[in-house]
Amino acid sequence: MKILINALLILLSVALVSCGNSEEKKEEKQLKIGSKEKVETKKEPQKDLAITSTIDLNNKGVGPIKDLELPATIDNEMATRGEAVFKTKCTACHKPLKKFIGPPPVGILEKRSPAWIMNMILNPEEMVQKDPIARQLLIDHNGSPMANQSLTETEAREILEYFRTLKKEEE
Amino acid sequence: MRKLSYFILSGLLLAGMISCNNGSKGDKKKGALGSNAAEKVYVAPGEYDEYYAFVSGGFSGQLSVYGLPSGRLFKVIPVFSQDAEKAWGYNEETKPMLNTSHGFIPWDDSHHPDISQTNGVVDGRWVFINGNNTPRIAKIDLTTFETTEIIEIPNSAGNHSSSFVTENTEYVVAGTRFSVPIPQRDISIKEYKGNFKGTLSFISVDPEDGGMDLKFQIMMPGFDYDLAHPGRGASHGWFFFSTYNTEEASTLMEVNSSQNDKDFIAAVNWKKAEEYIKQGKGKMMPAKYAHNVYDEKTHMATSTMKDQVLMLDASELPELVYLLPTPKSPHGCDVDPTGEYIVGNGKLSANLTVHSFTKMLAAIEAEKFEGDAYGIPILSFEDVLAGVVEQAGLGPLHTEFDGKGNGYTTFFISSEVVKWKVGTWEVIDRAPCYYSVGHLMIPGGNSREPFGDYVLAMNKITKDRYLPTGPEVTQSAQLYDIRGDKMELLLDFPTVGEPHYAAGIRADIVMKNSKKIFKLEENEHPYAITNEGETKVTRNGNEVHIYMSTIRSHFNPDNIEGVKVGDKVYFHVTNLEQDYDVPHGISMIGANTSELLIMPGQTETFVWEPKQVGVWPFYCTDFCSALHQEMQGYVRVSPASSSIELSWSLGED
Repeated sequence: MKILINALLILLSVALVSCGNSEEKKEEKQLKIGSKEKVETKKEPQKDLAITSTIDLNNKGVGPIKDLELPATIDNEMATRGEAVFKTKCTACHKPLKKFIGPPPVGILEKRSPAWIMNMILNPEEMVQKDPIARQLLIDHNGSPMANQSLTETEAREILEYFRTLKKEEE
Repeated sequence: MRKLSYFILSGLLLAGMISCNNGSKGDKKKGALGSNAAEKVYVAPGEYDEYYAFVSGGFSGQLSVYGLPSGRLFKVIPVFSQDAEKAWGYNEETKPMLNTSHGFIPWDDSHHPDISQTNGVVDGRWVFINGNNTPRIAKIDLTTFETTEIIEIPNSAGNHSSSFVTENTEYVVAGTRFSVPIPQRDISIKEYKGNFKGTLSFISVDPEDGGMDLKFQIMMPGFDYDLAHPGRGASHGWFFFSTYNTEEASTLMEVNSSQNDKDFIAAVNWKKAEEYIKQGKGKMMPAKYAHNVYDEKTHMATSTMKDQVLMLDASELPELVYLLPTPKSPHGCDVDPTGEYIVGNGKLSANLTVHSFTKMLAAIEAEKFEGDAYGIPILSFEDVLAGVVEQAGLGPLHTEFDGKGNGYTTFFISSEVVKWKVGTWEVIDRAPCYYSVGHLMIPGGNSREPFGDYVLAMNKITKDRYLPTGPEVTQSAQLYDIRGDKMELLLDFPTVGEPHYAAGIRADIVMKNSKKIFKLEENEHPYAITNEGETKVTRNGNEVHIYMSTIRSHFNPDNIEGVKVGDKVYFHVTNLEQDYDVPHGISMIGANTSELLIMPGQTETFVWEPKQVGVWPFYCTDFCSALHQEMQGYVRVSPASSSIELSWSLGED
């Protein structure tokens, strides 16, 4: 009898092994339910996106622009070109001096780094997912997404120059 | 205890074996090395198919785009029929595309798509497809996957032996199925013989912008011209058309047009036609036909009515056309990748007839003619015959080639695809179809270099293959793997309308050219706006024009007053988005038309004629953002006698 049971056991294990792959996967999945194992930590550690202030001149954002230093003087010709692009591609949601669908760009350089501004224009989808300020702004503005208007880096840079020329209205 | 454990163990063992059973059963069918059909058609989520298949929509009038091998449907491109989903033929911009010499026609029967070629291989620039009922040829641009040109074919009726391209897309060719009095006139149908004529049309395609022009037509005897294919390689410069009803019957065709043992394949020397035209041998004749062109810059179509066509008479011009006798009302007329063999699929025969181009030239050279039809020389069957695929099945319809020396022919009556060897004409393999297969397609099949991985069979009847949906059941295509010695059925998938032929191409050739947005700065629509500062509403008598913009997630303006009952209100809506895959829709309560679906950077227009006083809303119909449900606006409609001035606004500025 024992021999029979042993034989059966061997057969059983063979049978199980032969369809082992899918079974094992299922088991793994089942184990994961409700457990807080290390699996999660394999991903990039989740950044805490909750912030207290949307002013941060050191944050360069996420995107093609790693760093950007602005020259001391404003290039007016470049700013004029930027104003034209801004008018066509951005004014549906941004007024230069007033909050509209999105925030006004006036004074933006006192709150954010030049690289952050460029990345917000060029890479808004990823910014909203990964950058705490961009995410907070989305929440503050009713969930209206910053649209990717497919601008070139040159166009974004020109717009940034235009932003430098904006002055707050006298209250 | 022992007994119990024995029971448990044997129970477990059984369970273990049963759970594996299905897999091993499936494997047995195909042998140890046979792979799983499901695996071969499985394209994992987020991954791309290997091929595009452009499948004709048949009596839907459209062209559908599928991925192969998955059989997933990506898009139904509106061509000859109005499509409310995309506003095709409903918005002001595309209505002219459906204009004909008979006026606006909202439908046609689309048949044979073909992809443009360069040097005999598919280049993926355009797809051409014919409208069968009111003869037309359409061109679809594969950067936008939109129909950008439709040209009507005069002197034609039942535009069936169409629309096939020559190997550098010099021409897209269209032949008439029905012969008719040319020019049309009031005569008795009984006077068919000699008075009814057929025409074969050669439409040139501009190599730069694809612009089509009906260069010339060839006047032919009053037969039915069924299908066609171009010569290639050595036979480039020739075009081959199958004919039936050489009896020239006009009634009870199922009997009367099946009397002759042999009909013809007409071999047309179009290079010769070009020579004759240079010599001034063509004749201009009056003909009314519409030429409709969609301009990607203005986002608008214009329809021009043409009034004449250059005609070459095959009965009067020697060496232009020769007739190759071919048994029993041939349907498909197919040319192998080398251009040497011309296959006549004699639909009332069990055999396939294959003609040799080289032999044809030799017979012409030797002037060995058996007679003539209306002055067109008839060659002898034996002189041009290359071989016969004997008793391959019942009701051969169409043949494609894999580029590896094999032909694949569909047999309608015996419901199968038969694989045979070019040159030896022996049958190598056969695979059943479910059911009544018509056309088949191998990606790149109508070219010098077919891709040869798959064959797609398109069936007329599906009966028990799918869940029933009332008396009308789905049309269907079936995909076979032809990489091995034996054809292997991989997949059934439903199609839109009746799939009369398809054209396939490797995806990477097309996808790299696919447009993502229309650039706002290139928008030349007369009612376009490039930024919100330009939005306005104007009045000209009872015509009101709204220059409106749309972007996530508002319309500008979204409050409009001063519209009156009896006004004709044009909503010209520009989508200011410049991001991929962000169209916006719009519709107005009570508008007697469809919604608009506006791509990024595009302008489209719909008309609303308010009939009732009140305040009426409009909204975005395509879920565009988290604030899509907020994307709405109002128009106040006052009585016709009202003196309220037009005003418009957005927000509280």
